[in-house]
Amino acid sequence: MVDVTPADAVPPAEVGEVELYHPHSWWTKYVFSQDAKVIAVQYSATATAIGLVALVLSWLMRLQLGFPGTFDFITPEAYYQFITMHGMIMVIYLLTALFLGGFGNYLIPLMVGARDMVFPYVNMLSYWVYLLAVLVLVSSFFAPGGPTGAGWTLYPPQAIMTGTPGGQDWGIILMLSSLILFIIGFTMGGLNYVVTVLQGRTRGMTLMRLPLTVWGIFTATVMALLAFPALFVACVMMLLDRLLGTSFFMPAVVEMGEQLQHNGGSPILFQHLFWFFGHPEVYIVALPAFGIVSDLISTHARKNIFGYRMMVWAIIAIGALSFVVWAHHMYVSGMHPYFGFFFATTTLIIAIPTAIKVYNWVLTLWRGDIHLTIPMLFALAFIVTFVNGGLTGLFLGNVVVDVPLSDTMFVVAHFHMVMGVAPILVIFGAIYHWYPKVTGRMLDETLGRFHFWVTFLGAYLIFFPMHYLGLMGIPRRYAELTDMTIMTESAHHLNSFISIMAFIVGFAQMVFLFNLIWSIRHGREAGGNPWRATTLEWQTPHTPPAHGNFGKELPIVYRWAYDYSVPGAKEDFIPQNVPGSFGLGPSREQP
Amino acid sequence: MAETTLTHTDRMAPRPAGWQGIAADWASDQRAFKNVSWGKAMMWIFLLSDTFIFGCFLLSYMTARISTRVPWPNPSEVFALRIGGSEIPLILIAIMTFVLISSSGTMAMAVNFGYRRDRRKTAILMLLTAALGATFVGMQAFEWTKLITEGVRPWGNPWGAAQFGSCFFMITGFHGTHVTIGVIFLIIVARKVWRGDFDIGRPGFFTSRRGRYENVEIMGLYWHFVDLVWVFIFAFFYLW
Repeated sequence: MVDVTPADAVPPAEVGEVELYHPHSWWTKYVFSQDAKVIAVQYSATATAIGLVALVLSWLMRLQLGFPGTFDFITPEAYYQFITMHGMIMVIYLLTALFLGGFGNYLIPLMVGARDMVFPYVNMLSYWVYLLAVLVLVSSFFAPGGPTGAGWTLYPPQAIMTGTPGGQDWGIILMLSSLILFIIGFTMGGLNYVVTVLQGRTRGMTLMRLPLTVWGIFTATVMALLAFPALFVACVMMLLDRLLGTSFFMPAVVEMGEQLQHNGGSPILFQHLFWFFGHPEVYIVALPAFGIVSDLISTHARKNIFGYRMMVWAIIAIGALSFVVWAHHMYVSGMHPYFGFFFATTTLIIAIPTAIKVYNWVLTLWRGDIHLTIPMLFALAFIVTFVNGGLTGLFLGNVVVDVPLSDTMFVVAHFHMVMGVAPILVIFGAIYHWYPKVTGRMLDETLGRFHFWVTFLGAYLIFFPMHYLGLMGIPRRYAELTDMTIMTESAHHLNSFISIMAFIVGFAQMVFLFNLIWSIRHGREAGGNPWRATTLEWQTPHTPPAHGNFGKELPIVYRWAYDYSVPGAKEDFIPQNVPGSFGLGPSREQP
Repeated sequence: MAETTLTHTDRMAPRPAGWQGIAADWASDQRAFKNVSWGKAMMWIFLLSDTFIFGCFLLSYMTARISTRVPWPNPSEVFALRIGGSEIPLILIAIMTFVLISSSGTMAMAVNFGYRRDRRKTAILMLLTAALGATFVGMQAFEWTKLITEGVRPWGNPWGAAQFGSCFFMITGFHGTHVTIGVIFLIIVARKVWRGDFDIGRPGFFTSRRGRYENVEIMGLYWHFVDLVWVFIFAFFYLW
């Protein structure tokens, strides 16, 4: 293919200037704001607040597991409520909301060179519905019977029966209602993110010039728009089962010697619906992390990302494949062996695009000018953690290996490594990276390094021993592990050790929160582009970016996002909006 | 807001053929879909997401129906009306379907007159569409009432599998909600057309964005979608 357009040619604007809503008062500027940047901060703050609840819940669980019998107030019922709420909050209300609602809102318009999301009003509604979902969720802690204790997967029939905390009380009703609200709110935001990336880019910003951060968030949002419907339907049907006495998921059950009125429903149907959402959900959380970490590594190693095109195709391939693997969560539910064969195969195929990404990150680092800044430290920690969690995924993806490991601590270790710790390390790295743009000041370096080392090493010390516990056959989701023959003395010690580490890591997060608040006023002045990065959000005339993002004129993009250390260039980075035919970007990308 | 027609095409470089060409078109500058405005793109993507919701509902219903161990009530008999002394199977559903499909026709005409900036005809046709939609919902309410008086409940019915009532009320209820929302928005957009909001560029009450006659078409996309979904419900629930 021949590049016939000169590299400097500026394509004509296809879209006229947008009318922005200009706030008139404090309320419309900071509270009911239609500015994606404010909405992003609102999303992030709410997600962090509810995340702290999940952190405390995990402490309570570790208290019980590490020191069984010591804390009387943690009854088995309470333990199940903690475990359920911890899981649901972390996966949905923290990780999904923070990556897509928080980083998506902040970074998409800035990175693609737009003044705002395409429909700011709908975007604002998205946040308020999300907040309502969080409030409904929190209210279940105060409802009679407490929150649901059905496990975060909410499997029927137990989820809506008397033996389960919240099953015949308010707990499960509020949980399902909150999820339905979350999905409605997310859809409003998600439509905005997708249309902004597809239709709202600035001149010169082809899709193949997008930073990988945008690619990750964009693909994850598309997946979420197609995966959340299954959860929505599952929630509606379970609500009907619980409230109207239908039998979608409820088979004939005898409870306490009494035949329930339910008859003929299929619990497996719920599992299929749930995991058709649940597995893509893993990648909805992971893909934004993949994208962000690519940009962190490239920026802080002063080197272009290795194999940009392959990175993009790998993201798309992972997104597509993740819709055909869901039943690998159901090997022990019972299915035709050929299905197990199919789902094991597709699961293992995902390792190929994922491995491409890992190799490309490592090759980006290879002979780079690596700056061990805090974002870079978190990015490196992510690669290690993710490889670890990914490898145990290969164990669990195989039917014969999964069956004995199913419902053991090995599974807990695996998913915490791969979709708990790894994405959260990226979130931390991203916050250290973009905080200077959001506030204009740097986060404190010393506190940051303390936070990094305690979090990274601590998280390893928490979750790595769990692999051994799992291989010993220690089950997960048991409130009491004391009287089992497999619980040896050493396993007990390991459990206590894990619990103590959990408290230390949790404490480090308090340091991080302090740093976040303290640095708003006392941090070092950052300037517009402290990391000397190429992407558009660092080229704004104001820091923090003003309403409308780019001042009078929208930037024009001339190159890809990874022109670092270009031979012959004056500086070791060339921002995307600097004209000129030199640079490392693929020359095939025509504007 | 976006222009709906692509200008300056003469300056574009030649594109590669085949799959590479498709990828290059998608990845091209500024907009992936060249003559599609933001609002229209958003509606299409929303409808894609909504398709998955209805898909999940229908698949769940099919799962329940093929796995039940008790007989499934015969829709031809359940949904029959006694008219003039004889049972006519599915007559009400046939009329409902006819009404809804006709409303798609009036909607398409409204879109056409909208682009001709014929305010009066556009508004009248949209209100007619809304009226047909409301008629549909009304007939659905009649059908619900009839079944309820015959003893059909979400948790059981006199003729067989309990899931019959569950699926029926859930799926038609969810679809009926879609139609009702559509009727409400049809009336809102029709009012805007009637008042000439799209001619004078009056800012929206909530969004403070200026609307255009394209909004009529976007409204139409939703309406045709709701219609299309009904065809599937009709085929899978009533005709099976």
